[in-house]
Amino acid sequence: MLTLIILGVILLIIFLIVVSIYNNLIKERNRVKNAWSQIDVQLKRRYDLIPNLVEVVKDYMSYEQETLTKVIEARNFAMNAKGIKAQAEAENMLTGALKSLFAVVENYPQLKANENVSRLQEELTSTENRISYARQFYNDSVMQFNTMIETFPTNIIASIFNFRHMEFFVTPENEKENVKVDLR
Amino acid sequence: MAAKICPRCGFYNNISRKICVLCETPLDGIPVKDLSYNKKENFYRLLESNKRNSFILIFSLFIFLIILGFIFGYIFEIGYAGPIIALIFSIITTLFSYNMGKSIVLKISGARRVTKNEEPEFVNVVEEISIAAGVPTPETYVIESDALNAFATGKNPKDGAIAVTRGLLEKLNREELSGVVAHEMSHIVNLDIRFSMLVGVIVGTIVMISDWLLRYLFWSGGRRRERKSEGNSIGLILVIVGLILAIIAPIFAKLIQMSISRKRELMADARSVEFTRNPEGLASALEKIAKSSIKLETASRATAHMFISNPFKDFSKKSSELFSTHPPIESRIRILRSM
Repeated sequence: MLTLIILGVILLIIFLIVVSIYNNLIKERNRVKNAWSQIDVQLKRRYDLIPNLVEVVKDYMSYEQETLTKVIEARNFAMNAKGIKAQAEAENMLTGALKSLFAVVENYPQLKANENVSRLQEELTSTENRISYARQFYNDSVMQFNTMIETFPTNIIASIFNFRHMEFFVTPENEKENVKVDLR
Repeated sequence: MAAKICPRCGFYNNISRKICVLCETPLDGIPVKDLSYNKKENFYRLLESNKRNSFILIFSLFIFLIILGFIFGYIFEIGYAGPIIALIFSIITTLFSYNMGKSIVLKISGARRVTKNEEPEFVNVVEEISIAAGVPTPETYVIESDALNAFATGKNPKDGAIAVTRGLLEKLNREELSGVVAHEMSHIVNLDIRFSMLVGVIVGTIVMISDWLLRYLFWSGGRRRERKSEGNSIGLILVIVGLILAIIAPIFAKLIQMSISRKRELMADARSVEFTRNPEGLASALEKIAKSSIKLETASRATAHMFISNPFKDFSKKSSELFSTHPPIESRIRILRSM
């Protein structure tokens, strides 16, 4: 009888440990997924802001049509990019195009003084930061999740319930460099 | 990872490029910027050791409180009720400050809630850093003062609030503001507000019990000591130990509290870099804060430890390093620059 009770208690403890590890894994995986969707949210935010900016700026900048076209093109290109690698490349192009647009804005005092422009500029700067922070958080979450499913004893439960490694989001700088190395 | 950053459009070019891909500006003589962040180990280790140290400190404070409770119980002849009273008192005060702390602190600091329309940059920076930290966006407050300071409060990340002074918003650029906000965000993520509240309550209880003991021994000690010494000399020894403890306990408790406070500040600095990956932002913000000599009028002794830097600006040699709530700002800057 006593042996049965002890056995039962041990089994119960093991069961509880497994449940808690499993729940932790689910929680971490959801965090990674959530972090991923946060990147999308911020990219969308940027797509939405750009037409507004172009609309406000274009009257002042009749001589700089080329820069504006570049921004619009980069935006549309990024929106339609398929696959992480292509998208990262396109997003980076867009970032560069926006930066050159802001550099041009510096040359137009009336434009700089325009409240709408400065507000949009602030929003876009913030969005750029949000995108990179969202990526950083995603990568950190992935690292944590991957470490979790590799370490003992979580790895046993992870393999039983088929938890797989998550993929890192390669930063655009890195991505772009790789592409260029290919071209050379 | 490395890149040449175009001086005209800011585009990140491959290091082998001679002209910018985007705007065709020549890139001769542009320094190569290292984009990798491989000093990570450094601050994770700092974080770990600080976590351990704060735990040891708070544990020893707790033991201290229990011992004092026992002596208290012995001298007042209530036995084990002594430590139990000390514990119950701590718990009640903790619960009270846990639920009321945030609104009281914000009120006495004169902080006013601001929206994105009023302070777009500040609110945006707070939203950005909360994305980096993966926590809900804290409420944003501004203190109308020319002093350069900031603090965070709230019992958990869902209930967090970050307050900065007007002077800080005016004097710091975006990068520096991000560093400061990230430092405050670390206090929220690390649950430092809860932690320092707990320490504050334990220290407060120790101070109070010591005070009772001293008064009691001072006013009626003589009579009692005679009676005790008839039966056993252990009683007399305990009374003397109690007397000594009652005098040094509050000092020790305060020392430990300040030491914990300093450790948490360093931890928040390290964590801030983890969020922004930019030690220079916070370092140069701290430099500006150190240079400013304007005091924050709405800060009090009770809230001083919450701010990013000592709000009284009494950095003179007189104020001993042991009793200060913050590590010397110069050494914080040095640590950040070495990351």
